[in-house]
Amino acid sequence: MAHDRRDHDEKAADTSGISRRGFISRVGAGAAVVAVASKASAESAKPTETMQATELSRITLTVNGQQRQVLVEPRWTLSHVLREELGLTGTKVGCERGECGACTVLIDGKPRYSCMTLAVEAQDADIVTVEGLMDGEDLGPTQEAFVEKDAFQCGYCTSGQILAVEGMLGDNPNPSLDEIRIGVSGNLCRCGAYVHIFQAAQRAAELKQGVGGES
Amino acid sequence: MNDPKEALYYIDGVDVPETPPARDLDQEPWGETTVVGKPLPRVDGYERVSGTAVYPADMSLPRMLYGAILRCPHPNAVVRSVDTSAAAAMSGVHVVMSGFTPSSRALQAHRQLIESNLFNPHCRHEGETVAAVAADNPYRAQDALRAITVEYDVLPFVADERRALEPDAPQVREGGNQVSDTQQYQRGDIEQGFVEADVVLEEDYRCECEIHTPMELHGCVAQWDGDSLTLWESTQGVYNVQAQAAAALGVPLSKVRVVNRYMGGGFGSKLAAGKYTVIAALLAKEAARPVKLVLTREETLLAVGNRPPSNMHLKVGVKRDGTLTAIQFTGTGTGGSQQAGGTSLLDWIVRDLYVCPNVRTETTDIYINAGPARPFRAPGHPQCSWALEQMMDALAQAIDMDPVELRLRNIPTVSQGRNNIPYTTTGLRACLEEGARSFEWQQTKDAITTESDSHIRRGIGVASGLWVAGGGGPPSTAIVKIYADGSVNLNMGASDIGTGTKTVMAMVVAEELAIAPGDVQIEWADTGSTQYATGSGGSKTVPTESPAVRAAAIDVKAQLLELAAGEMEVDASLLSLADGKVVAGGDSPKEVEISALRSLRRRGSVTGIGYRGPNPSGKAVNPFVAQFCEVEVNTRTGEVNILRFLGAHDSGRVLNLLTYRNQVFGGITMGIGYGMTEQRVLDVDQTGKMANKNWHDYKLPTALDVPADMTCLPIDLNDTEANTTGAKGIGEPATIPTAPAVANAIYNATGVRVTGTPIDPTKLVSALAAARGED
Repeated sequence: MAHDRRDHDEKAADTSGISRRGFISRVGAGAAVVAVASKASAESAKPTETMQATELSRITLTVNGQQRQVLVEPRWTLSHVLREELGLTGTKVGCERGECGACTVLIDGKPRYSCMTLAVEAQDADIVTVEGLMDGEDLGPTQEAFVEKDAFQCGYCTSGQILAVEGMLGDNPNPSLDEIRIGVSGNLCRCGAYVHIFQAAQRAAELKQGVGGES
Repeated sequence: MNDPKEALYYIDGVDVPETPPARDLDQEPWGETTVVGKPLPRVDGYERVSGTAVYPADMSLPRMLYGAILRCPHPNAVVRSVDTSAAAAMSGVHVVMSGFTPSSRALQAHRQLIESNLFNPHCRHEGETVAAVAADNPYRAQDALRAITVEYDVLPFVADERRALEPDAPQVREGGNQVSDTQQYQRGDIEQGFVEADVVLEEDYRCECEIHTPMELHGCVAQWDGDSLTLWESTQGVYNVQAQAAAALGVPLSKVRVVNRYMGGGFGSKLAAGKYTVIAALLAKEAARPVKLVLTREETLLAVGNRPPSNMHLKVGVKRDGTLTAIQFTGTGTGGSQQAGGTSLLDWIVRDLYVCPNVRTETTDIYINAGPARPFRAPGHPQCSWALEQMMDALAQAIDMDPVELRLRNIPTVSQGRNNIPYTTTGLRACLEEGARSFEWQQTKDAITTESDSHIRRGIGVASGLWVAGGGGPPSTAIVKIYADGSVNLNMGASDIGTGTKTVMAMVVAEELAIAPGDVQIEWADTGSTQYATGSGGSKTVPTESPAVRAAAIDVKAQLLELAAGEMEVDASLLSLADGKVVAGGDSPKEVEISALRSLRRRGSVTGIGYRGPNPSGKAVNPFVAQFCEVEVNTRTGEVNILRFLGAHDSGRVLNLLTYRNQVFGGITMGIGYGMTEQRVLDVDQTGKMANKNWHDYKLPTALDVPADMTCLPIDLNDTEANTTGAKGIGEPATIPTAPAVANAIYNATGVRVTGTPIDPTKLVSALAAARGED
């Protein structure tokens, strides 16, 4: 981005009232910079202009190691953009308010609810979805462990569970049972496969360390 | 409810076809099996963990629009006017419809789906449909909803069934708030039974309303191709949705295709089409573009089903030797503002679970201004179990008998609720005895010191149950096709709702054709290309479909062996299949690769058809269960830590041990939610609205609420009568006795009995304080 974040923040701070930019800058400065700076519909954004909610911004997301340019409304969530704009429907949506974890992705290695993350916030971050855990057409070790332990029924929460485990193992390669339970406690499973999910997380830890598997 | 046929709620309102009788082929019960029964991972596991499984909510079609529904915010209101002009003028908004636009009225009224108008002018519950839009993206669609102005006449409401029969209660419908006459059942002489008892106990119980909230939101994608409609719907039964959508839209069945590959859970709430299905079809028709309509979580909590709340009174008499002499049960419930089974099957467990000659039940269904009930995993049973199993626990204590022993004294061999016809198998005794042994019931009981001074108390609890259905039955048609290269295809109409149906059926085919389950390619759940099946629900999918699939595999095998017999010049009766070969036993052993059979090559493929035969006449086919648990209660805070659970289940032959275990653990998990965390909260005094219509405030059990120590103990009594695979259902029974088992364990730990769900810390700590004589 050619625009200077600090410069923008100072301008935003001068704005009185509730212009959209002022609002956004309070929510998250990064989001405001993006939304205004790369607005697709104007050649150059004038500092005093107030954006409409439905105007599109061009942003670049790094998803599963690939740079993806996409036009978004500033209010669009990352989960919406991943699913409906980029076609990465392995990421599921269950509540759109950060309660169920079905939309969990890794953002810079940490499990995050993509329904609670605006797409414009996720620029400059490394985003990994369940599709990104694949090695070509082969399952990654955590995915393999979920199949082996039957750690799902309907499969709708499963991408989120897998990414929660993946993120946890990134921080803690040898989690205890209690650590696993806490690690996946932000992800609801209505079918109630939790016990098998615990087993799958333990198995994934083994597979990642090359115990008893080909991975 | 006098006829248990009402248990067939999964075909409620649907015309079910008859199928021809099963062909006369050798279908002896299996002995030892090589594939069936093994703990095999799912044949579609890859799709479900890789993100490649496409659920209806994942669908994307060229030019697809996004639908959304405006819903009534009041529990009782008449829609005076709907101004859609501002919404219709918005950029990116293509269709806006309400009860005042013509297209929405071009519909047939349809039972439970559409009462009089798709957008009912009289909204009798919060969340009733008022208007709908289709727009370029879901955000625009929500913008458009906000731009619609509705004028309501807000009316008085009643949101508590316990007050709805009072004389001054607002009327939900003309004719009063009682849905129909009180349903009664009686056998023996109840008064005499109480006279014969040594101990008679009475208690009131209440179960709060539970909401399905499957992870995948309800919804569909609708696409018209001329006058033909395709619906990709998140459903448990594609043929149910086809029939209901066709009827509502006035379109021939042949022109409504319903497809459901993957779906994210239903638990009974997706057995039928929704209003949203019809709305999506109408929006797509008017826009002449495909429409995806997926509800919000709030909508699913308000408007697409629940397990009704139940208020129950039990009076039971018992002799000192444990003989039950009389059971009297009274229950009320509500299916909301519609006739939706508010007391459906509520008294079945009282009628059928334990031997008792004198039983009287009464159930009364009541209207209130709340969202409609839908069938929910074992309708009526968890509620009744909550009452009866806690009562059994109390009776055991009153006569100083172990609660397992009291249940063992009253094991039925016949279905008393069905005029004493025998069960094919009654595994209840084995569930209790082997379950108690495996759980180390007696040893644990002895080890728990009730005199402990600690504020942390341990306790154990048991509860048992049965499920009224679970035997399955006709109709079902399955097709198994073997190609010239020996590869195999299975075609069946049933949905795999996450229970592992596809995997189990592939194993049945693999067992008969001696191939690997993963080599069976499956076509399923598509009215356009697969055979008729009833909806997947009621624990009847495996016992219904697996015999049809087995019959189809046997049929194709018989045809294949006949072809081979001619070529190999060996009598067909001497031939069998092994590892992709036809093998001749006897004096001159020889074998031929299936793919080398010239006659098969000439035909290209051989097709076998299987029909589900009838259940044994004059017999009841029911699964049984006993569950055991151990808890730790913090008597200062009211927190309950469930340490371990054991489910002992008689569900006939286990077809896949891994998915079976998953069902048992999942049922226990859901039962823990029912007993400990879940309840719909309606603001009954002020607004009548639901106060917890999100997953933050409506609390599902999380990974921290269930024990990691769960054990599944299958009891297989080799049921050769039930059907040709010997399977009975497991999904329903797995959740029926869970909540009362926990309640009994809490009583065992603390001496305090909580008779209303959920047992949250606030409620328990108050009960503990009251028991100590504190305020």
